[in-house]
Amino acid sequence: MLGRLGFDALPFYSAIAFGGASITVLGGLAVLLLVTYFGKWQYFWEEWLTSLDHKRIGIMYIALALVMLLRGFVDALMMRSQQVFALNNDGYLAPEHFDQVFSSHGTIMIFFMAMPFLTGLINIIVPQQIGARDVAFPFMNSISLWLTTAGAALVMVSLVIGKFSTAGWTGYPPYSGAEYSPGVGVDYWIWALLVSGVGSTMTGINFVVTILKCRAPKMRLMQMPLFTWTTLCTSILMAFAFPALTVVAAMLGLDRVLGFHFFTNDAGGNMMNYANLLWIWGHPEVYILILPAFGIYSEVTATFSQKRLFGYTSLVYATAAITILSFSVWLHHFFTMGSSPNVNAVFGIATMIIAVPTGVKIFDWVFTMYKGRIIFHPAMLYTIGFLVTFVLGGVSGVLLALPPADYLMHNSTFLVAHFHNVLIPGALFGYFAGFQYWFPKATGFTLDRAWGVRSFWFWIIGFYLAFMPLYALGFMGMSRRMERYDVAEWQPYLVVAAVGALFVLVGIFCQGMQLYVSIRDRNKNLDITGDPYNGRTLEWQTSSPPAEYNFAKVPDVQEIDVFWDMKQRGVAYAPASDYEDIHLPRNTGIGVFLGGLGFVIGFAVIWYIWWLVALGLLGVVACLITRSSQDDTFEIIPAAEVEAIEKMRLKALEEHKPTPGDFWS
Amino acid sequence: MKHLIAKPYPRAIVLLGLLLLLTGCGLATSPVADPKGPIAIIERDLLYAAFFIMLIVVIPVYLMVFWFIWRYRAKGGRGEYKPDWHHSNTIEFFVWSVPALIIITLGYLVWTYSYKLDPFKKIASPENTINVQVVAQDWKWLFIYPELGIASVNELAFPVDKAVSLQLTSDTVMNSFLVPALGGQIYAMAGMTSELNLKANETGRFRGRNTQYSGDGFAMQFFEAVAMTEEEFDQWVANARAQPNPLSNTAYEQLAVPSIAHGVEYFSTVQPGLFEQILRKYARRPESTLRRHPPETTQPECEGDIPC
Repeated sequence: MLGRLGFDALPFYSAIAFGGASITVLGGLAVLLLVTYFGKWQYFWEEWLTSLDHKRIGIMYIALALVMLLRGFVDALMMRSQQVFALNNDGYLAPEHFDQVFSSHGTIMIFFMAMPFLTGLINIIVPQQIGARDVAFPFMNSISLWLTTAGAALVMVSLVIGKFSTAGWTGYPPYSGAEYSPGVGVDYWIWALLVSGVGSTMTGINFVVTILKCRAPKMRLMQMPLFTWTTLCTSILMAFAFPALTVVAAMLGLDRVLGFHFFTNDAGGNMMNYANLLWIWGHPEVYILILPAFGIYSEVTATFSQKRLFGYTSLVYATAAITILSFSVWLHHFFTMGSSPNVNAVFGIATMIIAVPTGVKIFDWVFTMYKGRIIFHPAMLYTIGFLVTFVLGGVSGVLLALPPADYLMHNSTFLVAHFHNVLIPGALFGYFAGFQYWFPKATGFTLDRAWGVRSFWFWIIGFYLAFMPLYALGFMGMSRRMERYDVAEWQPYLVVAAVGALFVLVGIFCQGMQLYVSIRDRNKNLDITGDPYNGRTLEWQTSSPPAEYNFAKVPDVQEIDVFWDMKQRGVAYAPASDYEDIHLPRNTGIGVFLGGLGFVIGFAVIWYIWWLVALGLLGVVACLITRSSQDDTFEIIPAAEVEAIEKMRLKALEEHKPTPGDFWS
Repeated sequence: MKHLIAKPYPRAIVLLGLLLLLTGCGLATSPVADPKGPIAIIERDLLYAAFFIMLIVVIPVYLMVFWFIWRYRAKGGRGEYKPDWHHSNTIEFFVWSVPALIIITLGYLVWTYSYKLDPFKKIASPENTINVQVVAQDWKWLFIYPELGIASVNELAFPVDKAVSLQLTSDTVMNSFLVPALGGQIYAMAGMTSELNLKANETGRFRGRNTQYSGDGFAMQFFEAVAMTEEEFDQWVANARAQPNPLSNTAYEQLAVPSIAHGVEYFSTVQPGLFEQILRKYARRPESTLRRHPPETTQPECEGDIPC
């Protein structure tokens, strides 16, 4: 009846596993109780969960990302503290627990922290930057969100029922195959990726179409803001790279569940195919994570240098070059597999070529600051921190791109330091900058500055303390993923790294305080104008938070930096003579149901509960039929209502005239 | 020694060494910074050379970032303010061409050194090479000396002036073989043979390990690579031969049972064809090498101690 699922799946076998499970369960229960206590179920269901509004979907994505950031960071703390103590002893984590921790840390940070974070920011901002009222496929957008959430839920449930994968976030076979990893762990990993991967593919398709087809009619491609450009490139990468991941995860699943031999040691299986397929997705994925952050840095640098972006054309071409090249370098993840020197050399050189457009971008941001008037908003601090730190990650990346040097460093902590050195400043700091920068746009009030500055300093100092020692440890021959060691010389470095993790912990605490203080004082920090920083791009023309339809009138685009240009010409807030009815998608719960069914199907396959799989698939078909037979999927906001909303906004603007440049200068 | 940078930049090396010393705690004597074999020395020098070349871009970035945020800060900055300045052909020319030139230089290094340091490439002539067959197991390393008919677990002994030519496979999941002090790294995969050629310049015991996560015993899956004098090696071989411990099929089965932190063990004889037998467990017709096109054999004009 319940397949492999039995009472032994509950975490009573270890105190730490039980603790983790209890916190997950109690945390979930607390949220449910609070919502019930305040009687907010209806509000949440009608206004949020079923919403097809891209801005609300974006906020929900970011909420998911922040929760998962906490979970992933707890994993990081556990690894760092284990390695402090585990000199010649077992520490407090057994190997089979430690390997679940590093597997879930990587999986969560990539798939359920970074991906939702960037998708959330894209959702909130990109339609506004291109003068659109919604994304191209709002219902698909909702499905993407809920499939991603379902994947995250599978990872969280593995804490309570069963175990998570021990095969690392890349899940290399044959170790991840049924022979060497029997249990349910790898299945949890596979299904979390499969379910959320479909969501990411659809997000990619959605934003390619949105950006290409839904722009304000007069906006040419070379007038799009940089964040929109990088989103376009990221979306293309998502749409083309994620299918490879879906395929490779499904093949591994077939090996495990139905006894196929794609990647097994024997019977003609070959793990080298897995490595190739995984990294054909995996390397573009790096740029999926980083390009949106590059877009954010471009916007932030220009706004807070109070100056037009330097080298717009160069930045666009550099982004496009990175997009294309990112598909041609995957083999550098396994130079040590024994390819012939010409193959290794070609991929090494291709990898290095990416450093050229990336270097150009760095210089373009630096020259954007040149002859500007730089304001040290927390978003700008994160950007400067990125510029200084990312360069080091780039250098270590080029070093690893030399195949002979990679032979020394592959799988060492040097590698760990390298990819954290590109992903934390390169991607995460960008998302934080975007969070600080666009928070008022999404919520209507600004974030507290002091706590933002504090969080930045703790994060960046913590980053250097945590990862510079890992570079050194790579030189000293320490491999990644060691839960114990017997080299006394390593310990001081690991202690420093753990102190760094504690600094980051304080940084995260400051971010929490910033949110708390800002929400508490929200009435003092209202963003009445919708343009708190004297912005340059179209998203600052809307109110904060924007009306459901974003723009009552389609903006008239004449220049790059549209909104700046409108302000120069004095037409930024020109009242319209007449308003029109606006069509918007009606809320629907089917996205939530599909996400829930994704979770159920995944869970049922993991535990071999086959009748539940069938039931889940039936549910999916039922949802699709229901949705396809609905005629009434749009609602109309009448012109009169639009006019009333816009009049109110114009009145508020009248009372609080935006004065260009009055922001902290 | 064909050092990459030792000749042109002796001062830089000394400076970097000092820097590493200052960072303290064994970094200067770490296996990567202070290698003991010709391959690892060239690999390290390549790493340092690439690092110094990249400083051409890194240093200006640092100088400009800190200079600009100081000079053009909104409160009290003295710099000129030109809000619409956004293009300069001169700057564009340099920001594209300088990184491109650096990458062309590094690309040349990648190409030549990928061939020079191909792990499959033999270092010295056959009579000066010792062949070892390496089998990765859960969680230990088995070294078979086919010419000597002996084997050892978790200890790879060889004479210091001879090249070591390793043939690797795995009797379990994918492993990755690395001795940082001697350089090179290669995967060991079941049913396939990969190759690695190493050499030590001085005697000593060097830590080697599996770097690819493989399960519970992974952290303790290390071995000692011992470079010894010719006489010591003869003694080591004699000692192994004297052990009452032949590596028969049954002994191999026992050895292949997963074990954590397995001690050093010697085998007096080895069942002939054991390595091929392990390969055939996974592949009916195993290739003698992973490569379809094996590298050219060593050329006669080789210096003998470095790959050419």
